[in-house]
Amino acid sequence: MFFYMLKRLGLALLVALTVSFLAYMLVFLSGDPALALAGEGARQADIDMVRKTYGLDRPVLVQYADWLWKLVQGNLGTSVYFKTEVGPLVFEKLNVTLLLGVYALAVALLVAVPLGVLAAIYKNSWIDRLCLGIAVLGQALPNFFFALLLIMLFSISLRVLPVSGSGTWQHFVMPAIALGYYAAPAFMRLIRAGMIEVLGADYIRTARAKGLPASTVVFKHALRNAIVPVVALAAVQLGYLLGGSVVIETIFALDGLGYLAYQSITYKDFPVMQIIVLMLSVIYVLLTLASDIANAWLDPRIRVA
Amino acid sequence: MAVFATRLWRNKALLAGSFILLAIVLLAVFASLISPYDPYVQDLANRSVPPVWDDKGSWLHPLGTDPLGRDYLSRLFYGARISLLIGISVALISGVIGTAMGMLAGYFGGKLDMAVSFLVTTRLSMPVILVALATVALVGGSLPVVILVLGLLKWDRFAVVMRSATQQVRALEYVSAAQSAGASTWRILVGEVLPNVLPHLIVIATLEAASAILLEASLSFLGLGVQPPLPSWGLMISEAKAYMFFSFWLIAIPGTALALLIFAINLAGDGLHQWFTPQERG
Repeated sequence: MFFYMLKRLGLALLVALTVSFLAYMLVFLSGDPALALAGEGARQADIDMVRKTYGLDRPVLVQYADWLWKLVQGNLGTSVYFKTEVGPLVFEKLNVTLLLGVYALAVALLVAVPLGVLAAIYKNSWIDRLCLGIAVLGQALPNFFFALLLIMLFSISLRVLPVSGSGTWQHFVMPAIALGYYAAPAFMRLIRAGMIEVLGADYIRTARAKGLPASTVVFKHALRNAIVPVVALAAVQLGYLLGGSVVIETIFALDGLGYLAYQSITYKDFPVMQIIVLMLSVIYVLLTLASDIANAWLDPRIRVA
Repeated sequence: MAVFATRLWRNKALLAGSFILLAIVLLAVFASLISPYDPYVQDLANRSVPPVWDDKGSWLHPLGTDPLGRDYLSRLFYGARISLLIGISVALISGVIGTAMGMLAGYFGGKLDMAVSFLVTTRLSMPVILVALATVALVGGSLPVVILVLGLLKWDRFAVVMRSATQQVRALEYVSAAQSAGASTWRILVGEVLPNVLPHLIVIATLEAASAILLEASLSFLGLGVQPPLPSWGLMISEAKAYMFFSFWLIAIPGTALALLIFAINLAGDGLHQWFTPQERG
């Protein structure tokens, strides 16, 4: 177990390092970052000045090493657009996005668990097909379109939720639904498959034979075991949801990391952009690491591999 | 043939999915013949005409016009071309990259396998939509750029599935037979392994095509994808957003079209999966 964790940790570090390099190099896709920072129609003298101020006149690898070294020391740089330090800016918004991610995950599970259990109990019946149909249909709906439909329903027709902004819990309702429903089908399929397997197991037959009520068997005995792989998927899905927050937060003007990412991209705020790409990637790496270790702990067979 | 027809008839998902998909492909291919108007010509006297089912609508513009007076039905037909082009070309590019990586890793194993696994893990850790948005914004948004960026980003699932599929096939007898017969590695990979992993490849390709279409729509919706005046469905929704409270059909029509296309592709993909692995059903 110890060596497995050490190996996994080393891999995670290497991935994070590679991602940091890619995130830094992303900016150079624009050709000359100095030109982009100076803005259109800038004079050559201004461009040279920008180049010097931001240290863009040095070799790229030196720039990267310098950036990474400062990062390790906790200096995340200065935003070009907001003129503030990137660190506090990004961490403040991260709270909003993490909150949104967790709410979205809750929405996904709230939809997926009952549907998945129902589909498994009534396997191959019309109920099963209906649940599968909901899943396929849900996956076909583009999340930004779904978000606009929600706005029409809750803000325009019913007038119960605010269209945009952040601050109260009401501001999170629609974004969490719009972000979370998309993850539901994957959970549903996993829970359905897990439940079907578990419901056929011997100990369930024993529980039934003992005369336990059906609900106790399904929820206390079966679901508890079928939910184990869901924990691993939840970690990975949370990573996806954080990435997907770019679109949803922008629509609802929810002041999180995703919206900040969108702003930094449109304003060509390179230092912020690099940190957000790196940050979301590192969070994903940490989540998968945690889920792998949890899995290895739950299932000793994995540790050997 | 009769067996084939019966199997197809029983596979309702494949049947329904490919039927809708075929209809959309035909509309896209013959867009220039069946469109009532030029999708780019603005008619400022007829702006925001509602669709025919509205009281103020007319058959002159069955789906109405947009705020610039362009015929919505014609734009919808031409938009199908963009979505299908994105789906097919992104699946092709990422499919070639991912399949090559996955097959090489699965066949040779060892260091190469470790390298490919590392690349996949790294790629998976970076959020696609964010990297795609940033790249398109930096390079400049256009249809070829969006296709290339998505194609270069979305090979991960191909690599993962092709790797394990190749590992399974490699252990089979006819591959070792081909090896001992002195066939070259290239020949074994293309001649023996590829035909056997093809079913997996096709199913993944449908899923990736659908996801690429959704991604393009999201990028264009945020204004950082395909640029106006191209009638990308995502861009049409984006342009209509400012009018959504008064003319909701402007959003509902391209949104429904997108959902229908994705639904059809996913359904066909599920059907193909069942077709190739009949024993897994039920």
